Amino acid sequence: MKKKRWYDYLWMWTILYFALGFYNILFAWLGMIDFLVPLLLAIFWGNKRFCNRYCGRGQLLSQLGVKMKCTRNVATPRWLYSKLFRYGFLVFFLATFGNMIYQTYLVGSCATTLKETATIFWTLQVPWNWAYSRGAVPDWIAQFSFGFYSLMLTSALLGVIVMALYKPRTWCAFCPMGTMTQAICQYKSRRSRPPQS
Amino acid sequence: MSSRPKLIANVNRKICVACGTCVTQCPKSVIDVWRGSFAVVALAQCLGCGRCAAACPIGAITLRERVKSEGETL
Ligand code: SF4
Ligand code: SF4
Ligand code: SF4
Repeated sequence: MKKKRWYDYLWMWTILYFALGFYNILFAWLGMIDFLVPLLLAIFWGNKRFCNRYCGRGQLLSQLGVKMKCTRNVATPRWLYSKLFRYGFLVFFLATFGNMIYQTYLVGSCATTLKETATIFWTLQVPWNWAYSRGAVPDWIAQFSFGFYSLMLTSALLGVIVMALYKPRTWCAFCPMGTMTQAICQYKSRRSRPPQS
Repeated sequence: MSSRPKLIANVNRKICVACGTCVTQCPKSVIDVWRGSFAVVALAQCLGCGRCAAACPIGAITLRERVKSEGETL
């Protein structure tokens, strides 16, 4: 048995994150850690240490799939890890992220009003008003929280669905953060000679 | 006499997404992700147990026969 390290327990962070966002949507901002850390590690250190060690979501999928056997454990369809789908999904994800920022800007400039909903699967509006008291912070801060939490929740649900259908970590095959950081790392190491094995 | 396991892990670098799932499963810690790009195996120490291959979400790892230059008989 391999000795457990502190970062082997980061799957608890993912559960805590969604629980906190259920209680108070402003905690959604903490998700920026999961967004910025992998990018900074890839840009400045040229590695995917976040995926390989610190990703709570990946670990949670392993816990549910490997430990609790909530998976059919059958081969992931080839198209799900094809370059076309992976980069296509990344572009789609970045577009939805951009739209979320734009909505935040509209609320901030009073062009539209705050929507206290979580948007699941990019279309389904689920009321989430219990998690926020109006006026607690400027509306744009709350709008960003709802938007960001929606993205995190949607991608987590997708991860759980593909985990159940295929392999525990099938989500990692097309996770936008994984694709983006791998592309950055590949670019950074383009002049290095890869090892033989 | 062979002193090393006959099988070793073989990574298909072209499809590997560098997720590192295999890294967490290896009992000998002999597989790692090279510069965030793809998984590499320290072949001489690989046990050929296949745990990495079973965990890989996209089947990028297969087991293959070890050849002498990869430390079959030392
Ligand atoms: S691919 Fe995505 S979910 Fe998987 S370990 Fe990396 S960041 Fe986490
Ligand atoms: S076959 Fe076993 S020992 Fe070899 S890299 Fe895979 S998990 Fe490690
Ligand atoms: S689990 Fe598969 S896709 Fe992920 S790093 Fe290992 S070989 Fe590559």
